[in-house]
Parts: sequence; structure tokens; C-alpha cells
Amino acid sequence: MALANVLQSESVDFSNYGRKCRGFSSSLYETELGLESVGGDNLSFAVRTACSDGDGPERKIQFLHGTTTLAFKFQHGVIVAVDSRATAGAYIASQTVKKVIEINPYLLGTMAGGAADCSFWERLLARQCRVYELRNKERISVAAASKLLANMVYQYKGMGLSMGTMVCGWDKTGPGLYYVDSEGNRVCGDLFAVGSGSMYAYGIVDSGLKQKDLTVEEACDLGCRAIYQATYRDAYSGGQVNLYHVHSEGWNRVSQSDVLMLHQQYQNLTDQ
Amino acid sequence: MFVTQVYGDNGKMKEYHYTGPVEHRFSPYSFNGGTVLAVAGEDFAIVASDTRLSEGYSIHSRDSPKCYKLTDTTVIGCSGFHGDCLTLTKIIDARLKMYKHSNNKCMTSGAIAAMLSTILYGRRFFPYYVYNIIGGLDEEGKGAVYSFDPVGSYQRDTYKAGGSASAMLQPLLDNQIGFKNMEGVQHLPLSQEKAVQLVKDVFISAAERDVYTGDALRICIVTKDGIKEETVPLRKD
Repeated sequence: MALANVLQSESVDFSNYGRKCRGFSSSLYETELGLESVGGDNLSFAVRTACSDGDGPERKIQFLHGTTTLAFKFQHGVIVAVDSRATAGAYIASQTVKKVIEINPYLLGTMAGGAADCSFWERLLARQCRVYELRNKERISVAAASKLLANMVYQYKGMGLSMGTMVCGWDKTGPGLYYVDSEGNRVCGDLFAVGSGSMYAYGIVDSGLKQKDLTVEEACDLGCRAIYQATYRDAYSGGQVNLYHVHSEGWNRVSQSDVLMLHQQYQNLTDQ
Repeated sequence: MFVTQVYGDNGKMKEYHYTGPVEHRFSPYSFNGGTVLAVAGEDFAIVASDTRLSEGYSIHSRDSPKCYKLTDTTVIGCSGFHGDCLTLTKIIDARLKMYKHSNNKCMTSGAIAAMLSTILYGRRFFPYYVYNIIGGLDEEGKGAVYSFDPVGSYQRDTYKAGGSASAMLQPLLDNQIGFKNMEGVQHLPLSQEKAVQLVKDVFISAAERDVYTGDALRICIVTKDGIKEETVPLRKD
């Protein structure tokens, strides 16, 4: 299994650690396989017990969950816009999370769902992409990169991973945009918005994309506005809007704007 | 049938019915309380924790600090389930030794943070119930703070509070160190003396309102000259 193999190479004994501890839940079998065999039982014991309400002063373990991200293709490449809020239950754990993961200089991945899941698997994807480059002496295509990611997480389907990511890049066939999630979906498309604030973002981008042939600046403004509107209405989105533009030479970071500043800016525009 | 209404963890009311058998499952986790805090300055880093170890309504120990020294330039604060904190710090120490022997140098703070992320994610399906914050100096000698969630998601911050009173401390730090929600205020860089005083004040406030925080405060100040420790008493009730 991908996870056990990666960690086994680095830590000698520690991969047995979890398996021994899971012993008291799975009554009879002792297996040497990785995580998949104890999947079902393990899930009901470890993850669900951890998340269920304890009695009295016992607390739930709460993981950080990411939220509104969007990406769309246009004439001059792909625009990727994300918010930067991470919540653990109702507590805002951070307002400065980087939800765009720079896989390599021409591929970007976004983060929505479980923060640790997204950052770990996309970091592993970066490693796989580099190995592909070394083996084949050419850059990996966006389709192949997204397929690698989808296949990696499909092995853990049903075990509680939470990841909704978009793999964006530019390869031989032009701009590429794929949506990959932990349920096993892998879809190619021109526009995706993922996360709790996605519906609000779709509204803005759908209306803005109607007139074709956007300039780079117009497209960036559209992405920024969409995320801002999503943060306005969705409680789980907020912080800053991080904007990236992917073009034939690779990606570059366009801007990072605080939502409060954007609010004042748009407010001034409507007042004028 | 006797019904009592109790406020649950998230503020919603729970109802307890004392009728019939109730299934109690063994839980491998327990919550031992404690708060940790780290602040990064220009050329220093501070990691502070309270020293109370509790379980349920009891206090097991008044002298159980949650800061652990990893290298000469890095300190980690771990709060949550004490059993997992101890094991995790043992594993990190072992991995540090292995790295030192293979690479003939000490791990930098950034490297320790990245390694801890993969150690935590290795137990994605049976997590270490620990909220970690690493404080130390980076390769350039500047202060660095890395905060984690229980499964390994991490990022570099300037300041972070974790543990049971984190929700009380973080807004105060946002205001005093991050100058959030203040208009027309000059952003002065944080000096070491001011930072230490702020940490002491912040923990005194936490001890007032959080039952799991109190007894004493252990502060570890990391500078290029080494790690200095200071202990300050807090409320014991």
C-alpha cells in the first residue's frame, strides 16, 4: 500500500506500531498486510470512536477542514483561486492556510476537505511526478498526474479520507484541469468549484464566463470576486484570497488579498 | 424515568436517561488537558506550557510540563492525550538520532516539522491524539513556529496557541502580536522581554477561565545562545 510503503522506507519499526495498537479491536486475525485488511474494523473503532461524543469531559479529535476553492480554464490558461480559512469544528484554527499546493513549476493542486489528507497526498504526487520526469525525460501531463493521484487515494476508498482537489496545469495539449476526490471521482472540465462555499462561487463565475474571450486581468478579477462572495456568505470560508494563473510557461502567483480589504474595495465601487 | 439536561461539548443540550443498560466501549484515548503556546520573534522563539495533568475531574500531577527539548534550537509543546505525547516525543527523539547518525548533522526546525507531519499522517486511521506546536530558530537564525493538527497538517506561523485553552488565548495573541482588528496602530516588532511578559499574562488569563490550565507555567526561550527555562506559578485551584 502506498502509505505503508512510503513510511516503511523511512522508519524502521514504527510501521508496526499502529497495527499492534489496533489489535484490541480486531479480535482474532493478525495480518501482515497494510492498512486495507483492517480497514472496515479499524474505521469503526478508531476514527468513529474518536469523533463520537464522549461523555463528560472527553473531547472529540477535530481535524482541520479546508473550504472554498475554484479553478477555471479560459483563453490564456487556467485561473486558480482559493480562500485561506481552516476550521476545526466551529473553531477557526487558521486564517492563513495555503490551499494551493505547488506540485512543480507547471502543476498546481488545490486543497479542500481534510487539510492533512490533501497536503500529504499531493506531496506524494509531487514525488511521483518527479520520478516520472526522471524516467521518461519529459514532463508529466495533467491527465497522467491526476490519474496517479486518483489511483493512490482509490485504494483508501471507504476508510475516511476526505479530499476534494483540482489538479491544474499546462501540458502539450494546452491547459488542463481535473477534479479528483477521495470518493474516486476524476473528471475533466472547464470550471470547478469545491468546498462548502462552492455554490456561491459557481454563481459568480458562471455569470462572468458567459461573455467569452476574457483577458488575463478580467479572469483574475472574476476568480477573486467569486471567492470573495463565497467568503461573504459561507461561514467556513474566509481569510485571504490567493490567486494563481497557469499559462504555457508555468504558473505564477497573481495576488493575495485580505477579504476585509476586498470588501471595502467592492463597497467603494458600489457606492460610486 | 429521570431526565437531566446537560450542555454538551458544542453547546447543544444533551439528555441523559437513566433507564436500561448503556453500552460503554473501551476508549483508547483520554483527555489530559493542558495548554501550549509558541511565539516567534526576530531572533528568538518562546514555547510555553502549563504543568497541570488532569483526567476527568481529577488532577494527576501539578508538575508535568508539556514542553520537550528536541535539539539546541528546537522545542516542541505537546498537549492532548499524555500517553500519545510521551510516545510521540520518544519517536521524534529516536528519529533525530537516526538522522544525526546518517547525515552527520542536527535536524533543522523546518526539517523536524516536515518529519513530524509524516509521522502523524502515518497514523491517519488511528491518530495520535496530540496537538503539537514546534518553536525554534530556522537556518537563518530567525524565530519559527510550526503548528500541527492531530493528523499532520502543518504550517509555519508567527504565534500559535494549542490545547484546551487555545480558543481563549489565540484571539488575545491575534490582537497583541498580530495587531488584528486594530486601526491606526503602529506595528512594532516584538522584543523578547515583551513577548515573555505577554506569555505570562496570557496564561494567567487562561488559568482563570479554563479548568484544565493552571498550577504552574513553564517557559522555554530559544535563542542562538541556547535554551533558557523559566517557571512561573499559576492558580492552583
